[in-house]
Amino acid sequence: MPQTLEPLLRGHKFFAGLEPAHLSLIVACAANEVFPADSFVFREGEPAQTFYLIREGKLALEIAAPGRGGSGGALVIQTLGEGDIAGFSWLIEPHRWEFDGRAVERVRAVRMDGTCLRGKCEEDPRLGYELMRRFAGLAANELQATRLQLLDVYGHARLR
Amino acid sequence: MRAFADGTEHESRPAKAGAPWIESQFWQVAETRLEAPDVVTLGLTPAEPFEFRPGQFNMLYQPGIGEVPISISGDPADTGHILHTIRDVGPVTRALCALRPGQRVGVRGPYGTSWPLAAAAGGDVMIVAGGIGLPPLRPALYQALSHRERFGRVVLLYGARTPDDLLFPDELSAWRARFDLDVYVTVDAAARDWRGDVGVVPDLVKRAPFDPARTTAFVVGPEVMMRFTVRALRTAGVTDDRMYLSMERNMQCAVAMCGHCQLGPFLVCRDGPVFSHRQLARWLAIREV
Repeated sequence: MPQTLEPLLRGHKFFAGLEPAHLSLIVACAANEVFPADSFVFREGEPAQTFYLIREGKLALEIAAPGRGGSGGALVIQTLGEGDIAGFSWLIEPHRWEFDGRAVERVRAVRMDGTCLRGKCEEDPRLGYELMRRFAGLAANELQATRLQLLDVYGHARLR
Repeated sequence: MRAFADGTEHESRPAKAGAPWIESQFWQVAETRLEAPDVVTLGLTPAEPFEFRPGQFNMLYQPGIGEVPISISGDPADTGHILHTIRDVGPVTRALCALRPGQRVGVRGPYGTSWPLAAAAGGDVMIVAGGIGLPPLRPALYQALSHRERFGRVVLLYGARTPDDLLFPDELSAWRARFDLDVYVTVDAAARDWRGDVGVVPDLVKRAPFDPARTTAFVVGPEVMMRFTVRALRTAGVTDDRMYLSMERNMQCAVAMCGHCQLGPFLVCRDGPVFSHRQLARWLAIREV
């Protein structure tokens, strides 16, 4: 009997509590994928039709910054690792990646087909709401982290 | 006090300070080390063996310039070579950072409460440092590692602004290589050649392996970072009475005379700098304090 990704997704905290029928719909849009070190998982500006659940390895979200990013000309704004979800753009118009995603080391991930999922969300608004709620939570966490980075908390007032 | 099997006794909560005023003694600078573009470690030779507890600080004095509280950043077991890691943030700290071997610096101390390592014994220890927050925690890490059998997991979470701002990089590499210490390091921003993590320290909490029900956390960094780390630890299940923070306020006298370092009902120099979050939570929530 072929193994499916259902046990993996069911055990992941992002999908915890989903109705079994919804989880089955999501599993139908999932596939394993491996990215070698230093390869790009996605590129800024390209159509975003997927998101990724990282199973192993490290993914860097980068933004091209000519003249600022060292020899690579890119700044790393966040790294993601095992258990993290990469990508909201599949859900939000105009469905284009906002950053580059580069595998810092070999990355094993579950690729989720966003086009497939969006179709299922349109057909089943309860599934759509569940996914939107979870992605909103993820986005809020990332926004909070970004605000902390912007605060530059390790900068200092000159005192004594 | 709590006694260990080897007969030693340790404070089971932050020790009370309230040390009397003493005159500064002049110690010789034995070595200086540039740790980051604006951070220097001074290795000082005391006139006689100098004992301190992890988390305590000394007042360092430069005649004609001023005096500042600086945490002791070395190994408590080494009583003949006392380390202070100093960030250049103003005239006094700049003068201290400019000292060279053979010169002398005024020292009085040690002052303040300490990290309650004994209270953490039997469970996991999580050390969370942001920026210049690592030096006051390093003595606690040394002590935990020298009595490694007393603890469950020992975890270090450390964040800095950029890879160049990471302190003690050689030691970080050595700590990473140990099988009995989990080390997670992140920076706020980096170029592509950085192979480590980019993100904020509070986000490391969810990556780290620990048992929240039996974890004691020691946290030092900018107050904003500590606040968000406390939230992350609470979310993970660590209780307020098992989280300890080291506060940096405007300490001037170190002996509870001047009142400059008042934080609610506390004087940080007398009652801190190490507090449990249970002690502090109410006061940190008041913006005017």
